[in-house]
Amino acid sequence: MPVELMRESWPGKIFTVTIGATAAEGGTRARTVTVGGHAALPFLPGDAPSPHRPLVAMEVLDAVPPDWPEHLRGPLADVIGAPAEWARRCVDVYGADLICLRLQSPHPDWQDASPDAAAATVRAVLAAVPAPLIIVGCGHADKDNEVWPRVTEAAKGERCLVGVAVPENYKTLVVACLADGHTILAEAPIDVNIQKQLNILITEMGMPPDRIVLHPGNASLGYGLEYEYSIMERIRLAGLQGDKMLAQPMLAIVADEAWKAKEARLPETAMPVWGAAAHRGPAWEAATAAAFLQSGADIVVLLHPESVAAVKRAIADLTAVPAGT
Amino acid sequence: MPLTALDIYKILPKTNCGECGVPTCLAFAMQLATKKASIDACPYASDDAKATLAGAAAPPIRLVACGPKDRRIELGKETVLFRHEETFYHPPAIAVRVRTDQPPDELRAAFDRVSALDFERVGQTLRIEIVALEDATGEAERFAAAAREADAAGLALMLISEDPAVLEAAAGAVAASRPILYAATADNWEAMAQLAKRHNCPLAVRGRNLNELADLTARIAALGMTDLILDSGSRTHAATLADLTQIRRLALRKMFRPLGYPALAFVTANGPLDQVVEGTAYICKYAALLVTPELEPWQALALVTARQNIYTDPQKPIQVEPGVHTVGSPDTDSPVLVTTNFSLTYFTVEADTEASRMPAWVVVVNTEGQSVMTAWAADKFNAESIARAVTDSGIAERVAHRRLVIPGGVAAISGKLEELCGWQVMVGPRESAGIPAFMRTQWRQVAAAAS
Repeated sequence: MPVELMRESWPGKIFTVTIGATAAEGGTRARTVTVGGHAALPFLPGDAPSPHRPLVAMEVLDAVPPDWPEHLRGPLADVIGAPAEWARRCVDVYGADLICLRLQSPHPDWQDASPDAAAATVRAVLAAVPAPLIIVGCGHADKDNEVWPRVTEAAKGERCLVGVAVPENYKTLVVACLADGHTILAEAPIDVNIQKQLNILITEMGMPPDRIVLHPGNASLGYGLEYEYSIMERIRLAGLQGDKMLAQPMLAIVADEAWKAKEARLPETAMPVWGAAAHRGPAWEAATAAAFLQSGADIVVLLHPESVAAVKRAIADLTAVPAGT
Repeated sequence: MPLTALDIYKILPKTNCGECGVPTCLAFAMQLATKKASIDACPYASDDAKATLAGAAAPPIRLVACGPKDRRIELGKETVLFRHEETFYHPPAIAVRVRTDQPPDELRAAFDRVSALDFERVGQTLRIEIVALEDATGEAERFAAAAREADAAGLALMLISEDPAVLEAAAGAVAASRPILYAATADNWEAMAQLAKRHNCPLAVRGRNLNELADLTARIAALGMTDLILDSGSRTHAATLADLTQIRRLALRKMFRPLGYPALAFVTANGPLDQVVEGTAYICKYAALLVTPELEPWQALALVTARQNIYTDPQKPIQVEPGVHTVGSPDTDSPVLVTTNFSLTYFTVEADTEASRMPAWVVVVNTEGQSVMTAWAADKFNAESIARAVTDSGIAERVAHRRLVIPGGVAAISGKLEELCGWQVMVGPRESAGIPAFMRTQWRQVAAAAS
């Protein structure tokens, strides 16, 4: 019985966003990466082949908390505290598509590091790796606003993806990204309408809609995953239906949230029924990423080398030569 | 696709006899389309018309039950492609493969390992329900004995053998527990269909592709066997997702009956972490049954949690138990925080309190799963409900002080709350991320001043 397959076609298309700039483009990256461009839901080449596969970014922190989980610390122990070395390891050894540098140390509750120190870290990481860079602030609005302009200036012309712009605090970052040729990461917490509103505000300041990447929430497996999953799915559907203010590629910072989960942290002695503690953290990251890839994530940010490897293999499998259907 | 009034009108007698109680056949058709009338009211309706209407009323994806009576597992009967459109109803069962070519004591140990994959999360029991017992020796009696053993261990079964005679032995031994029989193929479908019918067990059907699969299910359904589970035969990540998506679309959007059954997916990756990734993808995108290699507890925990998340009703958020919860090992001087029983709110507060490295008590108020501001707006998180929760929780017996920290968003109620419960009310941060700073500064100062 010949089954007539149901192909979906959509009026809209997801914007194509390039991160990183080569020497010819005014930067110093050996390569750039491009995400988006989809005319279909994820991994359905039968509907419309996607020009750009999802990417795996590895998070590098300029400072890690003292209670950072032991199983995360393990493989990275010798590069913690040395962001440039850490980034180089991620690209050279673990095969990260790009680096997500989190500038945590400027946070007043952490080390209250200076904007100059943050800019120096950015320069060091840019010098250490040929890959494009995502740069994320510490989340303290006032301090971020001091740090961002110095950081974007330090990376001028490199077309980094810089964040996180939130509805309460986006103007300084938009201005800095426009001045120094970067792309902006915009976050609305689990809300389609606020995300759209934020995008409108950002574009009204002169940022082109194809220089925005969406970050629709902070959830992990077991801790709100379903909310972020569905918000991403709704944003992607709206984008494909033609809403240009929701048609940007999406990024999910998986690592941070996944490693906050009890399941990723508690030792076996505390929860013997959960099994090997060394595997739970990577599993939490990888499963969270797997779900978000299905709901439309174009970039997943991970920390542990094992989950990076597994998610990279899955993306390769999912974007292999189109299957029969 | 449901039938329209016009579709129905075309198959009615069109005599306008009025015996159904409605003056015209068209009016009757309109009532049928909106399910306000039954075709039985028409004495002249043809058998074809009745069959068409009955067919249209059946759910687009059949509900298939398996497993022992006291632990029945229901698969299928999904209604949407995206969970936000409504909800996903029947979480995919997870079947762990165990081969029969091992000594009885090892087999028993394997069943015990599967039985132990049983977790509790936010008040729900999450477990691996099914052993997919795989005949590896072609010995009917051995297969049947292993099936009996798993059945006695309380596990639901999927029986895997393509030899109808071997499968029959095991199916007969445990038929009362409705094992899933795997699988009918182009080579054996008639014998398998008869066997499944004889023992009243659900039957998995495997095609080499969707075309062959639809062909087989149509033939098997014609024999009167309709408790079917689909296997498109794809064994790669990408092709399996594509097939599961097509099956769901065709069933829901086209009411394509030959694929209107729950569909299974085999997890085929080699690496244990890759298996979690692949399984999670199939949980998100349309598997009703996941067949996996044997799982380590950490793998099972991740998969059942993903399943719990994706199959949570978007209209009914997961809730935590109201009452007193602890973060760390609090004592009589530890802070008492108040929050709602929406799981996401609670977990955020819990994590941020943990991050403050100060042990604390958390009094959880029953807000029917609403977050702080939503519950406040709906008058479910107000001075009265918080005061009642504080009293009912018995927290007064656990701490020596009388200081309560409420979320900053509901600062307005602090006066009234103090009046009602007699505790000193401290207004905490608006966002739970501010808890560590709050603990370090305000709480410390107030606690120090009091002592």
